[in-house]
Amino acid sequence: MILSREHELMRKNFRNFAETEFTTEIQEELDRNGGFNWEVWEKIARYGFAGTKIPVEYGGQGGDYLAYALMNEEFSRVCPVLAIYANTPNSLGGGPLLACGNEEQLKKYLTPAAKGEKHIVFALTEPGAGSDPGSMTTKATPDGDYYILNGRKCFISGAPIADYAIVYARTNPALRGAKGISMFIVDMHLEGVSCGKPEPKMGISGYPTSDIVFDNVRVHKDDLLGPLDRGYAVAMKTLDGGRLGVAAQSLGIAQGALEEAVSYAKERKQFGKPISYNQGVSFMLADMATEIEAARNLIYSAAQAKDSDAKDASIQCSMAKYYASEMANRVCGKAIQIHGGYGFIKEYKVERLYRDARVMTLYEGTSQVQQIVISRSLLK
Amino acid sequence: MRIYVCVKQVPDTSGKVAVNENGTLDRASMATIINPDDMSAMEAALRIKDETGCQVTAVTMGPPPAEGMLRELIAMGADDGVLISGREFGGSDTFATSQIVAGALSHLGVGEEDIIFCGRQAIDGDTAQVGPQIAEKLNLPQVTYAAAIEKDGKVLKVRRLLEDGYMTVEVQTPCLITCVKELNEPRYMTVKGILECYKKPVAVLDFEALKDEPLIDLDTIGLKGSPTNIFRSFTPPQKGAGQMLAGSPQEMVNELAGQLAAKHVI
Repeated sequence: MILSREHELMRKNFRNFAETEFTTEIQEELDRNGGFNWEVWEKIARYGFAGTKIPVEYGGQGGDYLAYALMNEEFSRVCPVLAIYANTPNSLGGGPLLACGNEEQLKKYLTPAAKGEKHIVFALTEPGAGSDPGSMTTKATPDGDYYILNGRKCFISGAPIADYAIVYARTNPALRGAKGISMFIVDMHLEGVSCGKPEPKMGISGYPTSDIVFDNVRVHKDDLLGPLDRGYAVAMKTLDGGRLGVAAQSLGIAQGALEEAVSYAKERKQFGKPISYNQGVSFMLADMATEIEAARNLIYSAAQAKDSDAKDASIQCSMAKYYASEMANRVCGKAIQIHGGYGFIKEYKVERLYRDARVMTLYEGTSQVQQIVISRSLLK
Repeated sequence: MRIYVCVKQVPDTSGKVAVNENGTLDRASMATIINPDDMSAMEAALRIKDETGCQVTAVTMGPPPAEGMLRELIAMGADDGVLISGREFGGSDTFATSQIVAGALSHLGVGEEDIIFCGRQAIDGDTAQVGPQIAEKLNLPQVTYAAAIEKDGKVLKVRRLLEDGYMTVEVQTPCLITCVKELNEPRYMTVKGILECYKKPVAVLDFEALKDEPLIDLDTIGLKGSPTNIFRSFTPPQKGAGQMLAGSPQEMVNELAGQLAAKHVI
């Protein structure tokens, strides 16, 4: 796909920023010790990357979905976890607000998130309710001007550092399945809100993930986001954009792994010649590059579909996420194979990329959930 | 108040370096970047803009594709750009270039409160001559090698980075300052800046626009008019590896004196 000169310039800028600021030392430190790098976050915020896709009137940069995809791709090419820093306010954090926040909510919550002054996260998943919203047990009971929130969310990316969370809770126990669920903007500093210990993870270590527990939390009714009892439909709409982001992260990871593999294959000599002279190796590189390019075109096309509000945008996002995340796992596997034993050693970047890639087929809808979404659109 | 920032598109010397038969750089076949010292000059200007809200204009002389560089500088925060471009200007050395740029700046108008920022030198020619020559031709005070700048009204206090120390100089606007990379850390573009950069004005000053400028002598511009002739271009031979001496200071001094005596240096 031929990008506009503006998008080309954005790519150049995202790449320059990532290559300069996401140093190997920072990446390795985050992977080893987890936590959160506030210095990188401060720079991401200063240059407006937390608001790439958020309109200018709410403190964002006014970019489109393609700009957002390019940012995720280029940041992930260097460091997937730092891409997530910039991604969250643009997608799952800011998305539900942008989709159905009123003016007051947008000003109060979206603007500081877009400017990187506050962290806002997305809290849908529960220990017993992942892909199936019907089993959601967190509930919100009306009490005068307030709702009383009780329940537990799990695997919430960014929870330990969050100022606000978009929380899904059952408001009408009489309704079944996805109905009867509402969205709330919850101030994480309210009494009764607590976070679990950050989970040790296989990959994307350095963006903390934990439980959030709500124990009789009083949330003002002004913080009900969108229509009562119909919040889940909005969640699904937000997930489209999030899926595009995950697809672009997968693309960046695969591109990064390919570049590592190419340079290693040219350097590494066995039997008196670089291993890239062996067809067994060079054809693997050809397959990797071809799959990456296919994913890139699928993702950019899905981004443009979102930007033009195309009817099939949602399905395209699912396809992009499904294909790109599976592709990234295949490509990272091959990158390790080309590195041989060295690819198994932590000193080599492909080892980390392989682990970081793994979550891509899991979060924001597993590959199997994407298959359900895609096949249902064919069979309806 | 307006700040002009003179910038140059230079070959990316971290990539492949190609030289023409006549010894000049084969710029067409090399990737380009914005000269690093010029980025510091732009950042210095943008910091003054952040404080005062003044206008910042990026000025360059080069072939038409140099417009892309001006757009990037606008995406960083400059208000507009000026591209000095014409076949007649091609191949100019520093003497010719500074005449043309000075002529263009004079054409645009340098006011009482205005400042001209340049990078110290470009990484392709490494001459550090164009900035000072522009100042001379415009009859403006100049301060070179700026590593820190404080502005107080019309007075600028500039700390110059010299080989053996610092020198602090006060200068009044209008003036020209050349900047070193130690001055600051240039900012990145923003998405918003990029979305707007192609909508902002970039003026092109060609030969027709500038030929009557009194500062430009038409006989001494371009490749033919330039007094500099390149005799030969070559890659200098690599210096041999250094030798580290070990031991106590007395032992190292004895060893060093012995080696220098053996080479008849002392």
